[in-house]
Amino acid sequence: MSAPAKLSVKDLNAAYGRAHILFDVSLEVAAGEAVALIGRNGAGKSTTFRAILGFVANRSGEIRFDGADLSRLAPHDIARRGLGYVPEDRRIFADLSVEENLEVGRQKQRPGAPRWTTERLFEIFPNLAETRARLGGRLSGGEQQMLAIARTLMGNPSLVLLDEPSEGLAPKIVEQMIAAILEMKREGLSLLVSEQNLNFAQLVADRVAVIEKGRIRFAGTMAEFDARPDIRDAYLAL
Amino acid sequence: MVYPPPLCGGGRYAIVTFFLVQFVTGLASASSLFLAACGLSIIFGVTRVVNFAHGAFYMLGAYLAFTLASRLAGDVGFWAGIILASLAVAAIGALIEMALLRRLYSAPELLQLLATFGVTLAVEDIALLIWGPEDLLGPRAPGFKGAVNLLGQAFPTYDLLLIALGPLVLALLWLLFRRTRWGVLVRAATLDREMVAALGVNQKWLFTSVFALGVFLAALGGALELPREAVSHTLDLQIITEVLVVVVIGGLGNVLGTFLAAIIVAELNAFGILIFPKISIVLVFLVMALVLIVRPWGLLGRAEAAARMAGGASLARWRPFDKRGRLLAALAVAAAALFPFFAGDYALSVATEVLIFMLYAASLHALVGAGGLVSFGHAAYFGLGAYGASLALKQLGLPMEAALVAGPVLGFAGALLFGWFSVRLSGVYFAMLTLAFAQIAWSIAFQWSEVTGGDNGLIGVWPSAWAESPAHFYWLALALAALAIALLRVIVFSPFGYALRALRDSELRAEAIGLDRHRLQWIGFAVAGAFAALAGALFAFLKGSVFPDTLGIPLSIDGLVMVLLGGVGTVSGGALGALLYKTLSIWVISETDYSKLVLGLLIVALVALFPQGLLGAVQAWRGRDARLQGATP
Repeated sequence: MSAPAKLSVKDLNAAYGRAHILFDVSLEVAAGEAVALIGRNGAGKSTTFRAILGFVANRSGEIRFDGADLSRLAPHDIARRGLGYVPEDRRIFADLSVEENLEVGRQKQRPGAPRWTTERLFEIFPNLAETRARLGGRLSGGEQQMLAIARTLMGNPSLVLLDEPSEGLAPKIVEQMIAAILEMKREGLSLLVSEQNLNFAQLVADRVAVIEKGRIRFAGTMAEFDARPDIRDAYLAL
Repeated sequence: MVYPPPLCGGGRYAIVTFFLVQFVTGLASASSLFLAACGLSIIFGVTRVVNFAHGAFYMLGAYLAFTLASRLAGDVGFWAGIILASLAVAAIGALIEMALLRRLYSAPELLQLLATFGVTLAVEDIALLIWGPEDLLGPRAPGFKGAVNLLGQAFPTYDLLLIALGPLVLALLWLLFRRTRWGVLVRAATLDREMVAALGVNQKWLFTSVFALGVFLAALGGALELPREAVSHTLDLQIITEVLVVVVIGGLGNVLGTFLAAIIVAELNAFGILIFPKISIVLVFLVMALVLIVRPWGLLGRAEAAARMAGGASLARWRPFDKRGRLLAALAVAAAALFPFFAGDYALSVATEVLIFMLYAASLHALVGAGGLVSFGHAAYFGLGAYGASLALKQLGLPMEAALVAGPVLGFAGALLFGWFSVRLSGVYFAMLTLAFAQIAWSIAFQWSEVTGGDNGLIGVWPSAWAESPAHFYWLALALAALAIALLRVIVFSPFGYALRALRDSELRAEAIGLDRHRLQWIGFAVAGAFAALAGALFAFLKGSVFPDTLGIPLSIDGLVMVLLGGVGTVSGGALGALLYKTLSIWVISETDYSKLVLGLLIVALVALFPQGLLGAVQAWRGRDARLQGATP
C-alpha cells in the first residue's frame, strides 16, 4: 500500500487468561476508508477491537495509529489520540441523561478530524434531540445505539471502531444507522466496522477482512470479496 | 454524656422537652457521621475500594484541627484550622491513593481493604507518637460558644450550626455531582469504568480526586467534632465501625441514603442509651441487620453495587496433595512435633498460639477462598468456641476433653444462626452483616456479666492434668490443628467443596444446575464457624482465660490479614499466612512499643509487593509459563 495507513495492526495475538483468542491478526485501515471486519459470533471481532484499545492485557504484536505505537499506551491515552470506540453492547451510562452521556464523551477538537457538536449530532440523530433529558437506561435499543455512536463522536475522533452497529436493531433503525455511518464517512472519518450482517457491510465498507477462529482468512476490496463465494461459504455461512 | 430524664419534678412536660433536646442533639451528631460516611460511600462508588482507613483519616482530621485551631488562635484561626486540617488530610489521602491504592485497583478487592487496614494501624501509632495517649479537649468554636433556649432547655448553638451543615453539604454534593463535568464523569465511572476510559478520560486523576474528596469529608467530619468531643487515638476504629454501618444501611454509593442512615444511627445512639441502656451498643447493629434482611442493598442502594468482593479466582488449579505434597505436609507436622525437645516454655506457648491461629486462619480461608464468602466477623465463632469451652468447664463442671467439644458445638450453633441471615446477602453487604453479628456477639459477652464475667472475662480455664505442661498442650494443639486443617482440605476437595466453588465462581450457572445456594453456603458458613470455634476453645485453655476481645473486630480483621497474606487464591495459604503474621506480630510486639506502626507498614509493603499473597506470588511465579508467545497453532 502506498499511503501510510491510518491504523495498522500487525501479528496481533491476544489471550484471556490461558485462552488464546487471536492468532497473528493483521489489518490496515487507510485514511478516510471504511473497512468491514466480518465473521461469525465468537470469531474474534470484539477481541480484536478490545486488544487494539488496550483492554486485553495479554497481547503481543504491533498496533500503529497515525504512525505511533499504541501497544504501550493506556486505553484513555489511545482514545485521546483520536481513536473512537463504540462497543458491541453499547454500554450507555444508564443513570446519566442523554446529554450527560454525551458530556462524558466530549474531548477537545483535534486537527485533521471532523468536529462534532451536540447540536450537529442531534441533527443526525433526531431521536436523541427529543430524548435529551431522558436517562440512558430508559432509551430503546436503537436510541441507545445512536447515543453510543454520538457519544464517541463527541470526542472528535479521526477513526472509529464500530462493533456490530446493526446487531439486534429493527430494519428501519438499521437504515438510519447506515445513513449515519455514510455521513461519518463523508466527513472524512476512517472506520473499522465489525459485522455479521453482510448486506450492511457491503453498503458501508470499501474493503473487507474476514476473521474466523481468531485468524484473518481473507482481506481485499469489496469487489474482490464479491468474486469469492467460496470464502463466504467457508467462513460466514451458517 | 447523657443522663436519663428526671422522673420526678418537671413531670410529663419536662420529659417531652428532654426527649426533644435529645432528638436534636442526635441530629447534630448525625452531621459529622454523614460527612464521614458519604466520603466513604463516594470513594466506594467510584473506586470500589472499601476504605478501611476512613476512620483513621477522620481521627487525623480531628487531631490536626486540634493543633491548628489551638495554634492559629482567634476567631478566624479556629475556622482556618478546621479547613486547613481537612485539606492537609485530603492531601495525605491523595498521596496514599497514588502511592498505594493505584497499584491495587486491578487486584482482588479484599486486598485494598487489607492495605487500608495497614494504613489504619500505622496512623494509630503515628497519632500516638505525635499527640500522646491522653484525650485532647479542643477549643470551643468562636461565635458558637453559647446556648439557646429550646423549650426551657439549654441547647448549644454549635449543635445548631452542625444541624444546618448536614443538609448544606448534601446540597453542595448534589450540585457537584449533577452540575459539573467532574461530577458527570465520576457518576459515569461509578457505572462503567472501562467505557469511561474508552472515551478518553484519565481515570487515574479521577480516582485520586474522588479519593481526596472522600478523605476531605472524613477529616472535616472529625475536625468539626472538635468543640463537642475529646480527641483520642481510639477514634478511628470507633468511627469506621459506625461509618460502615451507616453506609450499609443507607446503601453503598448513595449519598442521600447515607444522609438518612446517618440520622437513623445518630438517633439510635442518642435514644438507645436512654431506653435500652443494657443493649445500647447492640441496638445499632441490630437495626442494621434488620434493614439488610428486609432490604439487602440498604435503604436506597441498588443491587449492582454489591457482589464484587468474591475471594478472587484461583491462580493455579486447585489440587489435593499428591504423594509428594502429603509427604511434605507429614514431614512438616513431624518436624513441628519435635519442637518441645529444644524449646523453652515461653517459645512453646508462642508456638501453640501460632498453631491455634493457623487453624483459625485455615477455617476462615475455607470460607473466603473456597466459599467466596468474605466474612468480617469470623472472630465471633472463635470467641463463641472460647466461651463455650470455658462455660462448659466452669459452669457445667465438664472436663477439658468435653469442653473442647462444647466450644465447637456452641460456635457451630452460633454460625448456624447468624449464617442463615448472612448468606442471603453477598459481597460487601455480606461482609457487613457478618461484622454486625460479631459485634452483637461481642456486646453480649461484654454486657451479660452474670454469665460471661463481662469485661473481666472468665479465668481459671486450665487444661486437664495430663495436658497441663506446655509441651503436652503444644502436642494436643498440634494434633488437633493438623487434623482439623487436613479435614478442611478434605472438605474443600469433596463434592460439597466443589459445589461451594461453583457457587463462588458463577452463582447463576451453579443455581441453574440445581445447587441450592443458600443451603450450601449456610452449611459452609456453619462448618467454618465450628472449626474457628475449635481454635477458640484451644485458645481459652492456652491462656487459661477468655475475654470479650476474642470476639472483637480486630481479631476478625487479623484473620483476613492472615488469609490474604497467604493468598486467597490458594487452597490453604491461610495457615501459612497465620504462621508468618502471628510469629511476626508476637515478635514485633515484644520488640517495640510501636508495634502497630511496624505491622501496619509491613502489611502495606507486603500488599504493594505481593498483591496475590505470599503463596499466591510463588504460585504465580511457577505458573508464569502461561505467557503469550506468538502463534503456535
